[in-house]
Amino acid sequence: MIEGRTRLRLFTTDHRAVGVLYLLLALAAVTVGTFLSLLMRIHRVWPDTALPFFGVLKPEDYLALVTMHGTLMIFFVLTTAPQSGFANLVLPEQIGAREMAFPRINAAAFWLTVVAFLVLLAAFFVPKGAPISGWTSYPPLSAVPAAGPGQGAGMDVWLASIGIFCVASWLSSVNMLATILGERGAGMSWTRLPMTVWAWLVTSILTLLVFSVLLAAVILLFSDRHFGSSFFVPLGDMVNGRIVGRDDGSPLLWLHLFWFFGHPEVYIAVLPGMGLATSLLANFTRRPVPGYRVMAAMLIAIGLLGLVVWGHHMFVSGMNPYAGTAFALTTMAIAVPSTVEVLGWLAMLWGGGLRLKTPMLFTLGFLSFFIAGGLTGPILAQPALDTYLHNTFFVVAHFHLVMAMAGAFSLFAGVYYWFPLLAGRLMNEGLGKLHFWITVVAAYGTFFPMHLAGLAGEPRHYERLTGPVASFSGLLPLERGITYSAMLLASAQLLFLWNIFWSARRGAVAERNPWAATTLEWSPEKRLSRVNRGPYEYGANFGETDFCAQWEAVTKQE
Amino acid sequence: MPATFTRHPAEIERKDTGIGGKPPLDRRPTGGGGDGDNWDNRPQGRRGPRELLSRYRLGILFALAGDLMFFVALVSAFFVRQSAGHFDARENYVSDWHALAVPPILWINTAILILSSVTMEMARRQLFHEIDVMEEWLGLGRPAVKRAAPWMIATVVLGGMFLVGQWIAWEQLIQEGFRYNSPDPSSHFFYLITGTHGIHLLLGILALVGALAALFTLRRVEMRQVVLDCTAWYWHTMGLFWIFLFALLAFFQ
Repeated sequence: MIEGRTRLRLFTTDHRAVGVLYLLLALAAVTVGTFLSLLMRIHRVWPDTALPFFGVLKPEDYLALVTMHGTLMIFFVLTTAPQSGFANLVLPEQIGAREMAFPRINAAAFWLTVVAFLVLLAAFFVPKGAPISGWTSYPPLSAVPAAGPGQGAGMDVWLASIGIFCVASWLSSVNMLATILGERGAGMSWTRLPMTVWAWLVTSILTLLVFSVLLAAVILLFSDRHFGSSFFVPLGDMVNGRIVGRDDGSPLLWLHLFWFFGHPEVYIAVLPGMGLATSLLANFTRRPVPGYRVMAAMLIAIGLLGLVVWGHHMFVSGMNPYAGTAFALTTMAIAVPSTVEVLGWLAMLWGGGLRLKTPMLFTLGFLSFFIAGGLTGPILAQPALDTYLHNTFFVVAHFHLVMAMAGAFSLFAGVYYWFPLLAGRLMNEGLGKLHFWITVVAAYGTFFPMHLAGLAGEPRHYERLTGPVASFSGLLPLERGITYSAMLLASAQLLFLWNIFWSARRGAVAERNPWAATTLEWSPEKRLSRVNRGPYEYGANFGETDFCAQWEAVTKQE
Repeated sequence: MPATFTRHPAEIERKDTGIGGKPPLDRRPTGGGGDGDNWDNRPQGRRGPRELLSRYRLGILFALAGDLMFFVALVSAFFVRQSAGHFDARENYVSDWHALAVPPILWINTAILILSSVTMEMARRQLFHEIDVMEEWLGLGRPAVKRAAPWMIATVVLGGMFLVGQWIAWEQLIQEGFRYNSPDPSSHFFYLITGTHGIHLLLGILALVGALAALFTLRRVEMRQVVLDCTAWYWHTMGLFWIFLFALLAFFQ
């Protein structure tokens, strides 16, 4: 009886259930990924301590941790949760659709993602363990099985996982695009879309365009490894004392293909957070979004520019320096639409009646990380500066602030905000605020000092700072601080989990529209006849309330 | 109600009752929906007979756009690899790219594939022929399906011939000593591009066979139209991709 019900629930095509499943998958991935990162942090400061599951970490094990941490977090957390997770939760309601355009394709995409996740985890258990070439898998290291432990079966498993993930993302984005374009309800014109929907539209287009390229690259790399081609291995390349390069393959080709995917991927991770921040700031400051059309256009501009900046990951790769200049220009150009977005958010905060509920706090945290991490972007966009900083912890600090922490905070904001939709109860405010303050302090404590370590020249991907070469042992106290802070950051998330479990049973019962929001997912009626107004009609005097929801009839308008 | 393409003048004539002209198209005889429900300004949207069809067309369009990027990636890799070389000990630039003369049978294959697109289109149009579709919709047999089936079978046969032709081209190249893993990068690309395209076409043939079965089993006319329409667009797109890929292999070596 119960088993039948569970199965019905697991293989459901209901979009909201699929959304919850995506979030659970992301939770599983983020748990493993965080655990791996803690192992790395502990190993960096106490390199000779035995760790759970690994014992005393060998250098290659450290690299395997880096690889798996990056892959899990980028693909299975930051790609799935903000886009597929949240969009499945609320997108059809927000646009006034009955359901997704292709519910079965949507569900199939989720289950393929699960398969990819399990295949990836299997890399730990194949002979010689997980791959060690990082989430970017640069050849020739990744193209030659003899290049290191984990580069044999482990690398093959990694490639299989990413290939499956590409197909899943492709299916998922086809469904999203067809839904947003074709299934909007009556009256839901383009200028009445909530900003989250604009963001999901842009990220779906990016997903559609770039994951196919990654799939092609993965197939080429697999062919290099097993079918005797040489797309990526240069002539005379020597690995472990053996010459493996037979003809003029080019590792740069992989870098181009990979980063053509990899950079838009960053925007896939963070754009939904930007859309959500816009919606939440409007709600919790009770002000309309200033320049709605401009804000939407800037999301599109970020997406488009994001497609032509990939070379800034390759300044030190031996790419033509003139190409580097061009990529530096496009990269700095992308600061313009990003700044417009930030100014729009600040304009809402300026004199807005701030209601500092937990979702708002996390949105402000998102804003803070987006600015703090974003400001180091133009620094790294300079080829000359990047040459020094590229292989240091400065880059680690940059992308953990602007992508990982901003992304995570938007995820928290979304969960606190939409929780009443799922559970019918609000999450506990006190616990939520405690969670926020510990997390924000610990996150800055973890990632901000990495800037200093990077400026001091501390390389990333080095397994230990002490040993025969002791040049960086002076940084050990700083590193210890980072590790303590990372432990605090991880353990603070237990508060969040506890809050979810506690609030789902005991939390304050929420009314139908607990945040006094305007967008359609909070509408009391399931079926709408027609949408009559824009998504952010806050602040003016609408009778008893200070907002006018999108589902209100037109007669209510003054 | 299913969508139709053809509209015979006679049918339009028939709708005119002759006692005051046709009813105005912009007003529905529903008496209005009350509160704010303005039928005149109501966007046409995607509701109505074409709702299902346009939804699936949108889906296949996006799916194929993603697929296009897959081939774009392969083609750009082709050009990058083509221009990759190295400097030898005497500072001479050496390229290991040797242009591959494509087997002439590819010309025949291309012609077959174009022909298969024609038969595919003939099959697709049958399912939108108004009178037949209306008969199907009213439950008077499946005349549209019966007309489409021979064209679909012809497409499957032509598609199979194309794949066999590609196989023969591979055999010929292997006879001449070009294998996938021979040290010549142009031969990697020849097999890679024809191979991935061939897999796509094989999937297309499977989809056609599935669609053929679906035409006889699906109960809704609309779904029958969707199945054949999407298969046809996929097929046409693979044909178009092949023309570009063939031009690349034949003229841009």
